[in-house]
Amino acid sequence: MENLGIVFALLGAALAALLAGCGSAIGVGMGGQAAAGVITEDPSKFGKVLILQLLPGTQGIYGLLIAFITLSQIGVLGGSAVISTAKGLLYLAACLPMAIVGYTSAIRQAKASVASIAVVAKRPEQFGKSMIFPAMVETYAILALLISILSIMGINGLAV
Amino acid sequence: MAVLPMQRITICALKKDRKKILEQLQRRGVIEIDMNLTEDNIFRKNDVSAAITVLNKNIATAKEALQILDSYVPIKKSMLGALNGRLEITPEEYDKFSLKHTSVENTTNKICMLVKQISEQKAEILKLKATWEMLYAWTTLDIPMNFSGTKYTSGFIGTLPNIWDLDSIYALLAEQMPINVDIISASREQTCIFVLCVKEKAQIVSEKLRAAGFSYASSTIDKAPAKQREDLENQIKQAENNITKAISKIETLVAQREDIRFFVDYETIRAEKYNVINQLSQSKNTFIMTGYIPEKEKSIIETELSSNFELALEFEQPKENEDVPVKLENNGFSAPLEGIVESYSLPGKSEIDPTTVMSLFYYMLFGLMLSDAVYGAVITLGCAFGLFFYRNKLENSMRNTLKMFFFCGISTVFWGVMFGSYLGDIVDVVSSTYFGKVLTIPPFWFFPVKEPMRMLVFAMLIGIIHLFSGLGMKLYQLFKQKDYKAIIYDVVFWYVLIFGCILKLLSMKMFADILGLKFILPSLIGNIAGIIAVVAAVGIITTNGRESKNPFKRFLKGLYALYGITGYLSDVLSYSRLLALGLATGVIASVINKMASMTSSLSIIGVVLFIIILLLGHTLNIGINLLGAYVHTNRLQYVEFFGKFYSGGSRKFNPFSVKTKYYKFKEE
Repeated sequence: MENLGIVFALLGAALAALLAGCGSAIGVGMGGQAAAGVITEDPSKFGKVLILQLLPGTQGIYGLLIAFITLSQIGVLGGSAVISTAKGLLYLAACLPMAIVGYTSAIRQAKASVASIAVVAKRPEQFGKSMIFPAMVETYAILALLISILSIMGINGLAV
Repeated sequence: MAVLPMQRITICALKKDRKKILEQLQRRGVIEIDMNLTEDNIFRKNDVSAAITVLNKNIATAKEALQILDSYVPIKKSMLGALNGRLEITPEEYDKFSLKHTSVENTTNKICMLVKQISEQKAEILKLKATWEMLYAWTTLDIPMNFSGTKYTSGFIGTLPNIWDLDSIYALLAEQMPINVDIISASREQTCIFVLCVKEKAQIVSEKLRAAGFSYASSTIDKAPAKQREDLENQIKQAENNITKAISKIETLVAQREDIRFFVDYETIRAEKYNVINQLSQSKNTFIMTGYIPEKEKSIIETELSSNFELALEFEQPKENEDVPVKLENNGFSAPLEGIVESYSLPGKSEIDPTTVMSLFYYMLFGLMLSDAVYGAVITLGCAFGLFFYRNKLENSMRNTLKMFFFCGISTVFWGVMFGSYLGDIVDVVSSTYFGKVLTIPPFWFFPVKEPMRMLVFAMLIGIIHLFSGLGMKLYQLFKQKDYKAIIYDVVFWYVLIFGCILKLLSMKMFADILGLKFILPSLIGNIAGIIAVVAAVGIITTNGRESKNPFKRFLKGLYALYGITGYLSDVLSYSRLLALGLATGVIASVINKMASMTSSLSIIGVVLFIIILLLGHTLNIGINLLGAYVHTNRLQYVEFFGKFYSGGSRKFNPFSVKTKYYKFKEE
């Protein structure tokens, strides 16, 4: 049972990559459907709708980032992978903001993206503004990322 | 540096000079026509919309012809083709085109007609093939299909439903002998037969056959089916020939593609001109036009026009209530970002052009988010390549985009060096994988991955500076509007409040611990700052509701305004994306490096794989993070920075000019 620490820590890393990745996959997929619809009408808007489609993709990257930092901190990517159960649980907890907020915000952001793609379809000159609406949602993914990073970086120095 | 001041220009000239004056103005492209004159008995508008319709029809036909040419003889596109702008022509070449005009117009019509012919022939082939296939069942019949009999006999050519054999047909007509029955062909659906009987029995035979479901093969052609099929084959061949001929005709017309393109531009220019003529006020011998012109273009236009023509020019300041269009002008460093400002909104009345101040922050924030020296160098060199080798060909919009990313790239290199990121940690990975020794290029400042808290504090500091600059812009704007009260109430109080709060926080031990600061302000300063902040807060509460008369309402409104401080808090936190995106670039880059280094056990193949993975991975990473940096820099500018002082709302200056697609006039 002493070895459970690494299990929990890896579970956390996996969840961050997994949930945030799922959210982004769903989100980018939704964006892609809407964007493809626009392209059938006007192929020249490809560049603009592509950007809007990709906006919900960042959560997956943040998830990957958290997973990677965790893996390197707990020594899975080389080094000794021995950590206490308490620390393992701490890593798991630290990964959760990114995992859960990443999943939810990617899907919500995708909904904003789809709406913005509709804006670009009708009024391409409003691209600059329409890009901001999905970017607003991303703020919360960034805040979650921040807390996850700071926690993971901090856990290493704790004496538990 | 600013919004260009506009003036209203009014030109009154002789009608005989109309064409030349308009063409000259169009090529200059500095006047936006805005007629605000009312018609009277002498000056009237002249309706030329019929001519515009013709021009638009010509443009549409020519565009269709170009599309047809492109589909039959595609143009090869090169990767860097987008950098080649429109071709240049001289005004003389433009004028000469009028000689070719009719012939090119005919060519465009001809191309469209040829395509119509091709589709007609294709439809014809389909029709012929259907008949040809229908006749297949009758090929062995050696008499014409419309045969109805001889002098003494009657013939029946037609079909019976389902399969019949000779015996059953003879049995059906047994009482009407003598009779001859031939089965031409039989299939599951129908049996094709030829029945011959003596003329007197024709009536009865016909009735019997009908009762069995017989139907005549309706054909009026005086030829045997086999012969008829042969004819059809010839006709199909003929039609196919026609199609090939038409296609080769189209292909020979490809030589005129450039002429047709020119034609599109030529007609577009004319249509624009006629649109202006439509708006002019004209008397019998003179015309008047009026519009907006940037003040600095005034003298050029004045000398140019008055030296060549007899006319009267008048300039005046636009009136207060006029909807004056906006044109921005900035130096080469900031001008590329005018597009970013424009896509938010152009500065409204009494607002200043934020481009210059924004450009400083824009490049810096972009660099901080991407923050990798090699990525930055790739972007910078790529843009520099385009800017240098295509310097005479680039269109302005493309040039500005390249310039913008050029400066963003330089900033990225700078921050990459500061934070020690070169393709992530490529130097460490290569040195430890292939040379067995870990080498690291030390950062000029610090590694954000190792000290995220420090980076976060730095990001927020940048945020505070950015926000304060926004407030500063508001101060400047209010100063220009001479609204001195608002400067104190809406700007200075906020400055004091936020500055006081920051000082107070910096004097608290807990806060310094969180941020990992090495210093702490003495508590005396903190207390004084706290008191000043409270005073400023009281000031905001008492003044920010000043438009309401009711003191209670005013107090509530002031209180609500003070609640806006949470807005500042979230604005500052929003800059933590600088940390997040910066880390994202670095960490993904090191993930790619790590994956690539896993191939090291494969010796030579390993090195090749290593390079391939690096190339693919880092290209992808540049793409993703370029997008992220672009979007989030825009967001920080639009939401956090513009939110403090800028609302925009003007319309863009849209001058009467040459708006062509393929050619442009050589600048003198």
